[in-house]
Amino acid sequence: MERRAYYRNGTLPWLLIAPQLILVLVFFYWPTSQALYWAFTLEQPWGGGNSWVGLSNFLSIFGDGRYWATVGRSAFYAIAATGISMVIALTLAMFADRALKGTKLFQSVFVWPYAIAAPAAGVAFRFIFAPEAGIIGSINEMWPGIWNPATNGGHALAMVIVCHAWLGIGYNFIFFLAALQMLPRSLTEAGAMDGARPFQRMIDLQLPLIAPTVFFLLIMNLISSFTDSFGLIDVMTEGGPINSTEVMVYKLYVDGFKGLDYSGAAAQSIVLMLLVIALTFVQFRWVEKRVHYN
Amino acid sequence: MTFNRLLGAATTVAALALATAPTLAQTKFEFWYGLSGDLSDRIQDMCKDFNASQADYEIVCVSQDNYEANLQNTIAAFRANKQPTIAQISDGGTVDLMLSGAYLPVRQLMEENGYDINWEDYFSGVASYFATSTGELLAMPFNNSTAMFYYNTDALKAVGFEGAPETWEQVEKIARDLKAAGYDCPVAFDPTGQWQWWEQFSAIHNQPIASNGNGYGGLDAEVLFNQGKFVDQLGWFKKMYDEGLFVVKSKATGDTANDAFVNARCQMSSSSVADHGFIGKQAVEGMHWDVAMLPVWEGTERQNSLVGGAALWTLKGKSAEEYKGAAAFYAFIAKPEQAEWWSTVTGYIPVTNSGYDAMVAKGFYSEAPYKGRELALKSLTFTPPSEYTRGVRLGNFGAVRKEIQDAMSAVLFNNVPVQQALDDAATRSNEVLRKFEATYAGKTLP
Repeated sequence: MERRAYYRNGTLPWLLIAPQLILVLVFFYWPTSQALYWAFTLEQPWGGGNSWVGLSNFLSIFGDGRYWATVGRSAFYAIAATGISMVIALTLAMFADRALKGTKLFQSVFVWPYAIAAPAAGVAFRFIFAPEAGIIGSINEMWPGIWNPATNGGHALAMVIVCHAWLGIGYNFIFFLAALQMLPRSLTEAGAMDGARPFQRMIDLQLPLIAPTVFFLLIMNLISSFTDSFGLIDVMTEGGPINSTEVMVYKLYVDGFKGLDYSGAAAQSIVLMLLVIALTFVQFRWVEKRVHYN
Repeated sequence: MTFNRLLGAATTVAALALATAPTLAQTKFEFWYGLSGDLSDRIQDMCKDFNASQADYEIVCVSQDNYEANLQNTIAAFRANKQPTIAQISDGGTVDLMLSGAYLPVRQLMEENGYDINWEDYFSGVASYFATSTGELLAMPFNNSTAMFYYNTDALKAVGFEGAPETWEQVEKIARDLKAAGYDCPVAFDPTGQWQWWEQFSAIHNQPIASNGNGYGGLDAEVLFNQGKFVDQLGWFKKMYDEGLFVVKSKATGDTANDAFVNARCQMSSSSVADHGFIGKQAVEGMHWDVAMLPVWEGTERQNSLVGGAALWTLKGKSAEEYKGAAAFYAFIAKPEQAEWWSTVTGYIPVTNSGYDAMVAKGFYSEAPYKGRELALKSLTFTPPSEYTRGVRLGNFGAVRKEIQDAMSAVLFNNVPVQQALDDAATRSNEVLRKFEATYAGKTLP
């Protein structure tokens, strides 16, 4: 039997989806079309006119060594933040999944970081990592000058990545825990009876079984580190020192809003958008369809 | 009983309606500014006083935290036709606004609304930054300052130095002595302080920041900071930094230069005269400090320093009533007693000659806690402005400033050779300027 609902009235379905459509049009397609237009023009910051320049904005960002450095940094940031966050979340989820003492408590406690807004966490981490006043900074008392994110770009980047990863742990943890709890108990119990230690069960049994969740989280984390890193970086380092924490999304903000180069920023935002679309496409096309075991 | 209550309620309503009636007739207009903390509180005081001083207008003053955010938000609001009537725009955003045509020249505004302001009375340095090439002021001078050199007299005395350091040679010697005497941080240095360490240095040593007279001659100016004395100066910063005589104090280290100075952690620092009030209030108990004009290198003929701070711009697209209110507000802040109050509570310079003279005559500058602020005026008027000391007229100047910050940081932290860092910064700055020129193709500076 075919289970499908039909509307006799042709306009009713359109009316029903209208609110959603309008929202998407106003808050997504309209600004995107504006950015697309600006990317091909030179836009005056205060408004009042622009001139068509074709691909010149794109050529100038692609010909800029600093832009490519930003792209490389974004890729490193995305991979490092995603890796750290997912590995820690998975480990915690594995522990919380086992019936240990206090499991119920940990199951909810580990989620909390996700409820903290990125800028708030950024302020806290900036304080913790401050070279002169912070908790981590106190190692400078033992070895002077060993930790200084204010002058050392590597330290600054590490600091932001750690904070980003920490914020993502809660989100990843929920998904991992849910996925683990959906696995039939009998499988792990059978593994245990055959003599597999918890670590081996994790590698050989649980991980392959929760692969769809792993792939889903991988894509979500990558996308998030390309776009959500903005708030953290703005609060913690403002892209410094010497642009060493400037990722793509932050560079376009600096160029557009601080440097008032709206057109160059629009071109960069188009590139970033294409990148995120590509990742989403991979997720829908490749991951959602293929990674299934049931 | 019930009837009486009703009657009471009705009278209250009527009374309220009567009482609020005049407020409804008031014209409300907005003023967005880019200051926070103590300075923001003082602006709120000013707005309250203005509202209390007359009944026709109500100014609503909104802090946008800092100049950059204020510029961004004002632009966004302007594009959405939701702009405030008055916006405070800093020195760096001047050219963009001048070319935008988004403003009403203040002189025209005041004339149209029947106020007679003596424009000749404004300081030439202030006027040359915010006026057209023919000298017509486009924005109302508001909070203006220049960079100064602060020093801890106790520490300097401890190493046998009396008086104010006047040359960089002296600063270097004092710093070395302080270090030897066990002071950790002789001089606080903030690489994001390009305004005092670069722009003001270039001005008082009469070094060009850009061709075309720092851009006054036209939009095709190119930066020149990678040649001339600033190259050696940055090399000297590096030497001082490597020897531990300059210590980096910034927002990023968790201890700003001002904080380090007022807590006597650093013994010398360079900052705006607008911080004179803050330092006076925050300096730790028992600490003695003083302020001097920025040092120069021996044998330099000192030039006047650059005006910093911001001016009030009147934005287009508001009603005649709102413009009347804005004009009334400008007339209010231009009153001598109001100008004196503003200068007293903040440290910003009085922007008119007559205002300054009145304060000198009163003996304002001869005693603590305001003693020393007159040096800002002395620094600003040391010589008549030259081609390179009347100001900087570069488009998207914020992006150029960022290049200098990066160049200074790269030299200090990453050991990039000075010339290479400045050449890179110059190349990038020129790209910014060319793009700006192309964006405003066919337009000329007013």
